[in-house]
Amino acid sequence: MREPRLRIDDLYGIVGHWPRLRLPAGACATLAGPSGSGKSRLLRALADLDPSRGTVHLDGTPREHFRGPQWRRQVVYLPADSSWWAEYVGDHLAAVEAETLATLGFEPDVAQWRIERLSTGERSRLALARAVALGPRVLLLDEPTANLDEATTDAVERVVEGRRGDGLSAVWVTHDPEQAKRLRAQRFELVDGVARERA
Amino acid sequence: MTPELIELHPLDLTLAGGLVVLLAVLAWVGRLGVTRPMLIAAARTVVQLLLVGLILETLFAHATLYWVALMGLVMLLVAGYEVMARQKRRFAGFWGFGLGTVAMFLSSFSVAVMALVALVQPDPWYQPQYAIPLLGMLLGNTMNGIALSVDRLTDGAWQQRGTIEARLALGATWSEAVESIRRDAMRSGMIPMINAMAAAGIVSLPGMMTGQILAGAPPMEAVKYQILIMFLITVGTGFGTLAAVWFAARRLFDERERLRLDRLR
Repeated sequence: MREPRLRIDDLYGIVGHWPRLRLPAGACATLAGPSGSGKSRLLRALADLDPSRGTVHLDGTPREHFRGPQWRRQVVYLPADSSWWAEYVGDHLAAVEAETLATLGFEPDVAQWRIERLSTGERSRLALARAVALGPRVLLLDEPTANLDEATTDAVERVVEGRRGDGLSAVWVTHDPEQAKRLRAQRFELVDGVARERA
Repeated sequence: MTPELIELHPLDLTLAGGLVVLLAVLAWVGRLGVTRPMLIAAARTVVQLLLVGLILETLFAHATLYWVALMGLVMLLVAGYEVMARQKRRFAGFWGFGLGTVAMFLSSFSVAVMALVALVQPDPWYQPQYAIPLLGMLLGNTMNGIALSVDRLTDGAWQQRGTIEARLALGATWSEAVESIRRDAMRSGMIPMINAMAAAGIVSLPGMMTGQILAGAPPMEAVKYQILIMFLITVGTGFGTLAAVWFAARRLFDERERLRLDRLR
């Protein structure tokens, strides 16, 4: 049997415990739970941004075999609020992918835009473009559509769906059961700090 | 032909001290709120300098390498404490004190020893009349540079943790993620020395040169010493700052290159 793209066995973050996940390439898992329950902390532990215990495998290779930055380039964490460090959008993009940008409602010349010109919604959409431009194997999305309207949410989902066709796996923090259905996801819920799969 | 040093009498110091008291009284009348700290600081100046004078007289009388080295060690530890005390967010545990101390040891001590052995060449090379003032000037300036730059680094990392983590999350190495903050910090530690060199002699007469001239040294000799000292201080401060900021920046990240602000307090 093929190794799953992402495999978790008893991951303990600073807050939260994820007992078991087998996520094949191109598949999606959603993580729900009340705010403050530690969903972001679990994703940060998964991305190795916070110290954690437990075993995580990427395509059969244990996480310890990667250096920290190598791992985070493959398992990219997309936080709820994006940060930008340079003056222009293009400085942040590993590659300007016209198709992805178009789906998200941007022309390729967005690369020459100044960061300070962007609205909050534009920033979240461009943060997604920035993450997928790296070509990661797993994307950890922390409520990426919480501040977006229906049309934009749809665009974000289409970008991720498109990449899933190429084998990208996604772990998606969302409160919206409809979204979980649309994504045909394995559904997890964080209850008392433990991520349980919902039947 | 060198003029004798004119000795100061206690009465001279008392008169100058009386002027400080007069200033303190005026400050009190004007409710400036600096009377107490000014008088305490003035008293500290008297006590501390008298003590150090006694210590130096004793040291000069017993000029062995051990006593000079012990004096140097005490100066280093005090400077290390001072660096730590000036940090808004310092490292928890040993590195709060050790970082600046180790960096100052590496830069100030090696520059001082090199200057004594290879350049000034007193006999013996650790002769306290040269070694202690030289080390003191090096430590004092390096201390300022390191305190300033490490504070800038840790505070910058704290303020900009969002962007540091954003870069880490996109696969940047610790060095890439902290690069711009680290560069700013290093620069801030070096600028004061560059400014001092640029303004030397025009805006202000440097203290050491002034002292030598007052003590009767020919101005050109004092100038040569001052140039040497400025170069040494620049080198000591520069390398000390580079080392301290580099180590501190590395210490902000762990072996998996995660940002670990929990190491600050």
